[in-house]
Amino acid sequence: MTIFEKLKILADSAKYDVACTSSGVDRVGQPGDLGSAVSCGICHSFAADGRCISLLKVLMTNFCVYDCKYCVNRRSNDTPRAAFTPRELADLTIQFYRRNYIEGLFLSSGILRTPDDTCEKMIETLTILREEYRFQGYIHVKAIPGADSRLIARLGLLGDRMSVNIELPSQDSLKTLAPDKSKTDILKPMGYISGRIQENGADLVKYRHAPRFAPAGQSTQMIVGATPDSDFQILRLTEGLYRKYQLKRVFFSAYIPVVEDSLLPSVTTKPPLLREHRLYQADWLLRFYGFEAKELLDEEHQNFNPVLDPKCNWAVNHLELFPVEINRVSYDMLLRVPGIGVKSARKILKARKVGPLHFEDLKKLGVVLKRAQYFIVCCGKAAQGLRITQDSILRGLLSDKGMAMLPQSYEQLSLFPEQNRLTGEDVRKCLTGQM
Amino acid sequence: MFDRADVTYRYDGSFEGMLCCVFESFARRELPASVAPPDRGQLTFTPEVWIETDPEHARRVFASVSKKISKAAAQLVSDIFLSCMEEKELALIRFLRLGYRYGAAVMDMLADDTVNALYRAQLYLKNESHLTLEFLRFSEIKGVLIAQIEPQNFVLPKIQEHFCARFSGERFLIYDRPHQAILAYQPFEARIFSVEGFELPKAEEEEQLYRDLWQHYYDSIAIKERENPVCRRNHMPKRYWNCMTEFQNLPREARRTLKNREETLLK
Repeated sequence: MTIFEKLKILADSAKYDVACTSSGVDRVGQPGDLGSAVSCGICHSFAADGRCISLLKVLMTNFCVYDCKYCVNRRSNDTPRAAFTPRELADLTIQFYRRNYIEGLFLSSGILRTPDDTCEKMIETLTILREEYRFQGYIHVKAIPGADSRLIARLGLLGDRMSVNIELPSQDSLKTLAPDKSKTDILKPMGYISGRIQENGADLVKYRHAPRFAPAGQSTQMIVGATPDSDFQILRLTEGLYRKYQLKRVFFSAYIPVVEDSLLPSVTTKPPLLREHRLYQADWLLRFYGFEAKELLDEEHQNFNPVLDPKCNWAVNHLELFPVEINRVSYDMLLRVPGIGVKSARKILKARKVGPLHFEDLKKLGVVLKRAQYFIVCCGKAAQGLRITQDSILRGLLSDKGMAMLPQSYEQLSLFPEQNRLTGEDVRKCLTGQM
Repeated sequence: MFDRADVTYRYDGSFEGMLCCVFESFARRELPASVAPPDRGQLTFTPEVWIETDPEHARRVFASVSKKISKAAAQLVSDIFLSCMEEKELALIRFLRLGYRYGAAVMDMLADDTVNALYRAQLYLKNESHLTLEFLRFSEIKGVLIAQIEPQNFVLPKIQEHFCARFSGERFLIYDRPHQAILAYQPFEARIFSVEGFELPKAEEEEQLYRDLWQHYYDSIAIKERENPVCRRNHMPKRYWNCMTEFQNLPREARRTLKNREETLLK
């Protein structure tokens, strides 16, 4: 089999892994070594689906002993199989890296014979890279559930980021779709890795040159839309993972039907991309905006509002907290205003030290006034000509796309735009997320 | 204090020269109608004054920026020189007038049009430098890594450190076509110089193989069901595609012959 065919097969089977980030670790290149790492990460290209290509994302092999229903590489699937030798893969990585095509390697694998065997092959590849080529670029390596913890430890010392995929958001879903895997199987290595990372942090305080264990931390991913789990369950799980295992990232992947199975959504279902998008928006709110999962969703509102992003949705439901005075309000509250992000909030803090800010100034700082104007006042004044009722706010916040998703019946042509509003029922539906 | 003067300053296009224009403007207590390097055409009918570059004047201006305003302001001044902002020299004079008046606080005046414009220009430079780190593609030709870029800002000084540290053991050359300049590196020295009419050498067979492998990888990593051309273009503007390996598609026949040849090559 030629290297072309291998690359095609093994990249093809790895592409459903979401994580392709190269962030989290800074390593300056040293004379005599090849490569470096930049903590903000560098994307080297973007594929036709708009996803970033930062690492050479391949499987060591797509032979697999497991039979997970949602996976293209499952044992019972009739698909071409291939395996890289450690030498082939290391050489390919180095040649791509030298040409600035990639930031490093993302190595995952199907389970060949046993998890331990698979792990050893991966370790061999990474050892060639790190020791023979003195490669200092980024390596993201999958921990293989069920492998011996000594092997996992070895991988952690060679790689920058480790990940264990949680695959599905609940134990029940796992049981139906991935009968060979269990929650404990997945959480065990995750716990082990997070323990080692913390331990390593303590070591580094004592010895500056202690070998670093997964310096870019740990991440995971789960499939959305293959099982009936709600957004609320997923978000709560996400929050729990961040807290308990100090994960750097939790990735979501909209389920793409690759196989026909009575337990799975039919092959013709479109991937739930909007739902995935809303989950990522909420994930950002958890990590950078100081929100908690229970503020965004609760038992009554199990799923995100498709027409309104989670932050706007939260704000519209908490009008009692608004409007806020831009020139005085705290940073935490600034972050909660729709249309203001981390960057513009920081700029506001800076700029208001030298003088009061007005609406036209905010535009220059990158605030999206289209959304923010309903929730703020500048020097005690609201934006001109603004009607603040839930109805008018909703109208203003909805994007054209969101508007198109609302039922069309209320949309009557009229010379007087004021009369052209949402009905009370529409607004209620919107707010409760039924629409 | 400053008079608007109907003159155009012309300088030699160097960083020192730009600082001397600042010096001149303050010494004469006037705000010129325009400041231009030699290659920018005459745009107005205002009389021209040639500003001689005096290293001592330049040094004084640059030192005063860190001293009277802040280190960040000095960084801003150096960055603006590399930026492709229109009338950047004039914008800089305006900014420094504010800076000498308000001191370090000028860096917080983000809502001020003059300051805001400079920050935007600096941001554009930074963003473009970062995108260049992402999308630059080397080809190995006779043991040297060669790349061509087409940036709007003069990014070579900004990307120098990154590539020199990353490929410290390699020899490489980055050619900036619009600015007609080259960054050349061999262990352990780097140099930026200007060139005229540099031509990229043709790729050799082994190089062609890796290009082809990369295109192959690029095509197979995309998920068809999620195709999203707008998202791709937002992250990777089309003007970078020109110099990127993955978009220099070979004709299909050429690919096939290469595919047959690679077996022998890799053995």
